[in-house]
Amino acid sequence: MMNSMERVMATLSYKEPDRVPIFLNLTIKGAKELGMSIKDYYSSADYVVKGQLLMKNKYNNDMVMNFLYSAAEIEAWGGEVVFFEDGPPNSGEPFIKRIEDIYKMGVPDIKNTDCLLKGLEITKRLKEQVKEDTPVIGAVISPFSLPVMQMGFEKYLELLYFNKNEFNHLMKINEEFCVAWANAQLKAGATAISYADPLASPTIIERDTYISTGFEVAKRTIARIKGSVATNLASGIALPIIKDLVETGTKAVAVSAKDSIADAKRIANKKVAIIGNLNAIDMVNWDREKTRREVKQLIQKAAPGGGFILSDNHGEIPWQVSEDVLLEIAETVKEYGNYPIQAE
Amino acid sequence: MCHLGGEWRNEMDFITMPTEEFQTALLQIDRIKAAEIFESCYLENNNFEALEHLTMGALENIGSGWEDGQLSLSQVYMSGVICEGLIDKYMPKFAVTSKKEPRIGIVVLQDHHALGKRIVGSVLRAGGYEPIDFGQGLSAEEIVEKTIEKKIDILLISTLMLPSALQIKRVVEKLREKDSTVKIIVGGAPFRLDNSLWQKVNADADGKNGAEVSKIIERLAKGGQL
Repeated sequence: MMNSMERVMATLSYKEPDRVPIFLNLTIKGAKELGMSIKDYYSSADYVVKGQLLMKNKYNNDMVMNFLYSAAEIEAWGGEVVFFEDGPPNSGEPFIKRIEDIYKMGVPDIKNTDCLLKGLEITKRLKEQVKEDTPVIGAVISPFSLPVMQMGFEKYLELLYFNKNEFNHLMKINEEFCVAWANAQLKAGATAISYADPLASPTIIERDTYISTGFEVAKRTIARIKGSVATNLASGIALPIIKDLVETGTKAVAVSAKDSIADAKRIANKKVAIIGNLNAIDMVNWDREKTRREVKQLIQKAAPGGGFILSDNHGEIPWQVSEDVLLEIAETVKEYGNYPIQAE
Repeated sequence: MCHLGGEWRNEMDFITMPTEEFQTALLQIDRIKAAEIFESCYLENNNFEALEHLTMGALENIGSGWEDGQLSLSQVYMSGVICEGLIDKYMPKFAVTSKKEPRIGIVVLQDHHALGKRIVGSVLRAGGYEPIDFGQGLSAEEIVEKTIEKKIDILLISTLMLPSALQIKRVVEKLREKDSTVKIIVGGAPFRLDNSLWQKVNADADGKNGAEVSKIIERLAKGGQL
């Protein structure tokens, strides 16, 4: 039997491993597992490390994550983070109030930012625990998508379409931060970086605009990250830009529940692995039987030939998803996800 | 003084309407071209209904294009903003006033991401409605209080995250406890990924895009059902 690292590495190179690898994005669920509030859970690296290791074993996850929450990056820029009892912490009021403020911004220093140092501590300790047996996945928000939290969606779209100079200036600052943050995680022990770029999805930005903006940003940024990168569009569709994403230098693409996974693999043409695409929002409504059906069907469509990691499409399993559903995912993969995949 | 939003004319009345050209300008985020087409439509027809028809026709197509995965959210948003600006500019030329009834409230529950609210608000304003903006990041209690205080007939709630979407159930419960008969239309990412979520939170309708919300409101305003 392969360990998680061998399983993931084999599938990334389109070889069939022993079974389909599982990447469940178990973040806030760690708090539930440890019986504490989300705010308390994220107050200490100890809890996150404990939660990740516990969930890896319980749900047969083939990775551990150092991820705190997306808004942690906003905290680094001095922005506000709002905690909720039953969902991920979110960014508060955007801190760039006027477009001209962009020229006054500097790049946050990771060494002086508590929440990022906590992320590095988690990375280091997870690596000490799992060694080379399991990938430790780090995460960054892409420079192109971060402004949604920095300045709000509406103001950012105005910037993107009508203020080219200020847009380019902001990208320059964000790229510096993103590269430094990704490389710090890799240095602390992360195996690969998840590059969250929801704005790259044609659900949010039309391809033509993406190609002249976020695509160039991704190419420049990923080239400077000293490790493997997987791109995640956070439930937005990916199919129309998979070929473009290949050119950014990413090694894997997480696709939406709204994308056809079979088409995604065909378009990827063995150049990137495909991650996906269980509907994490709908998962709240699933029972064991429905879960089994969904997982089995996904394996049949996507797993033959390798190049596939079974995951949710959202980047985060919601708090409300039951333990039964997560256990059933693991059990179904164990039963139907062994290579060679048996045809129906 | 005429009142905006009379009965829709027959499609044939607007046969020469440059909807496709206007739509293309909107999708290219070409404000100047869109304004030129709008102006020529104004000069040719010299009535406000024609401009409203042009705007709503284009926005409806763009909304459907997003539903089909053909267009992006930013195109939907920017089109709404451009149309809203044009309607605002031309309304005084016809001494047109916005519709005051039904009283519409619009809000983002918990989150600070207001794009969906802005899109729907733009489409409604482009259609002559005057939604009352409660803002974003409000709690369930704050929304209930404002809805009662402002005597809202139709409440539009936008959410980004699943926990916020689930909170709508509490908003509905609290409003009904206070005997409010306000109609509640919901929208946002969680409702797009779970088609039955709007029913689970006891909303009255799922507003998939601005043009659809506008149609639902029009039906309700005429005394129709959801």
